[in-house]
Amino acid sequence: MSRVVPIHPMDDFKERSRVALNDPGQRKNFRGAMDFLQAKRRGQFPDLEELESLRELGASIRRYSLSRLPQLLEQLEANLTAKGVQVHWAQSAEEANAIALGIARRVQARTIVKGKSMVSEEIGFNHAMEAAGIEAFESDMGEYIVQLAGEAPSHIIMPAIHKTKHEIATLFAKEVPGVAYTEDVDGLIQIGRRVLRRKFADADIGLSGVNFAVAETGTLCLVENEGNGRMCTTVPRVHIAITGIEKVVEKLEHVPPLLSLLTRSATGQSVTTYVNFISGPRKADELDGPDEVHLILLDNGRTQAYADLQLRATLQCIRCGACMNHCPVYARIGGHAYGTTYPGPIGAIISPHLLGLESTYPLAFASTLCGACSEVCPVKIPIPDLLVRLRNEAMARPDGDDATLRGSGTARSVIDTTIWSVWSQVYGRLGLYRLASWFMSRGRALSPTEQGAWTRSRTPLIPAAKRLRDLLKERKP
Amino acid sequence: MSATLSARNSILARLRAAPIADAPATPDVQAWSASHRRDEDPVQRVSRLRKALEAAHAEVHDTTPNDWAALLLNLAVAKNVRRLLVGADTPHGATLQACRPEGLELLRYERPIAAWRDALFDAIDASLTLARSAIADTGSLVLWPSASEPRLMSLVPPVHFVLLDATRIHADLQSAMSAEAWTHAMPTNALLVSGPSKTADIQQTMAYGAHGPRELVVLMIHAEGACA
Repeated sequence: MSRVVPIHPMDDFKERSRVALNDPGQRKNFRGAMDFLQAKRRGQFPDLEELESLRELGASIRRYSLSRLPQLLEQLEANLTAKGVQVHWAQSAEEANAIALGIARRVQARTIVKGKSMVSEEIGFNHAMEAAGIEAFESDMGEYIVQLAGEAPSHIIMPAIHKTKHEIATLFAKEVPGVAYTEDVDGLIQIGRRVLRRKFADADIGLSGVNFAVAETGTLCLVENEGNGRMCTTVPRVHIAITGIEKVVEKLEHVPPLLSLLTRSATGQSVTTYVNFISGPRKADELDGPDEVHLILLDNGRTQAYADLQLRATLQCIRCGACMNHCPVYARIGGHAYGTTYPGPIGAIISPHLLGLESTYPLAFASTLCGACSEVCPVKIPIPDLLVRLRNEAMARPDGDDATLRGSGTARSVIDTTIWSVWSQVYGRLGLYRLASWFMSRGRALSPTEQGAWTRSRTPLIPAAKRLRDLLKERKP
Repeated sequence: MSATLSARNSILARLRAAPIADAPATPDVQAWSASHRRDEDPVQRVSRLRKALEAAHAEVHDTTPNDWAALLLNLAVAKNVRRLLVGADTPHGATLQACRPEGLELLRYERPIAAWRDALFDAIDASLTLARSAIADTGSLVLWPSASEPRLMSLVPPVHFVLLDATRIHADLQSAMSAEAWTHAMPTNALLVSGPSKTADIQQTMAYGAHGPRELVVLMIHAEGACA
């Protein structure tokens, strides 16, 4: 099965955005889906006072948890280990895949069935397993569709949001043996159910993500609607959970507010169909559940965000996707244009830590800083501030004090820095400003017709024939 | 384990080397919940739970300690259930068994899953389990799977019947966790179930019976004489 390897942005980002903007079918899919998700979320928060105080509480829980992150990770590890869960630590995607592969080889696994996990997408899990001869099947309906099509998810909560039922019907008729073309959504879901039931029953390992890890009880909390997450964590004899190190909270009582914010912000549900609290492998007298439970704690650049007090807010994220659902840029270019595992505003602020600024800095610039994302963020991440910070990092002097990230200074260019330093000189001195504006208004015929990115889709900027001060002077009686 | 051990130490060292944030106060979750809890009597709470469950496509039936078994058997017949899975050693399983239902085979979950996985996946039409409690805010049943009522009972069979004692309904998850002192004894798996399995992954169209049960049927047991 072909699998799209994550493509990283750089110059391609603009080209992919241009293509996406010129695809009316895809734009209609995204617009419709965004309107739907926005309305669903709004319906869940009729009481604005409750929403604001809950967001404040959610943000304080996340900030509190992050402030104690190393202690909480150790507490989580100790409590999980005491319950028989094996805890592994991975600094990079390669290390995480190697750990999973080591477990798979030891238990002689041939197939892995997967619940929805964006971290597994982040580390290229399926690809790594396939390269080692182990089949990894996606079981979330959206992820299953996307895997069948050989694509990557275009949204972190609704992976197949870019596809119409017509496209899915065509895909199923072509790829699933013995299936006739049907656009009936119930019928399509039943096809997926039938195919995947066998996978659950036969798989050697189940892989899942984690929504919240509770340090005080040693509990992994997973939310879902379909039941595939429960299948993956209950039927196979081995369960591997993988999560970023930031997902830990201290107390079980910290879960309900975050859970409420998560499901209401993500899909506009008061709760998902299933909320699964897992605190260990099968006990001696129990009749089902995995014999082994593993937790892989992944860094993959998160400690870089953690090291900076401003950028640390990035790690408050609970992955609800509300920021992308409300982002005017995401709605127009869709998830694939970003070229990163996490698209949308959260993708723009987390990807530089996972992949480096070299390949991801254009994402920070693809924003009008309208602030819709931070307004809906259930844990109050100041996303526009972080975008501005990342822009500054990208333009910083690579060896300067303000370059603190992997790839800082990557977008710095002599032309840009010269233009802006001249600009700041001119705008900082009145005499110089008057002189410069006089020359510009009188020499407007000399304005260049090519003005970089501006003229790619706009007419050139030409200074007015008369400056404001000239006009005001004329109005004097 | 040495690679992952050194990874552990490196990650923790990097986190510890990071600047310390102005320590945010311990979040007071209890206070927030208390100030946002609605004033309601048990009857209102039952009706809130029912509304939320029905909105999520679950069926809710009121019944009594003496009548639930007959109701369940009727519902099972109406839903064409021929094989019903019950726990190996539960009072409600025994009650059903004592009814000697005709045309309905009662199966007991008494062997480890590996011994009969295919039968569970292919040959069982429905299951019956007990809910530990419920949550009115979100229309959630709290299930506490155990050796006598294993995890897959509420997941694999296409129809899931649940017995719920109507006096065990909490306002919200926070209250359920505190009242039942969850932190002291988390089971291998604790669960909230809030309707039949569903998905909206195809063009935001809701479809039920994704991977878990297509139907969730709640039998709410009220004390004899109490009215719903």
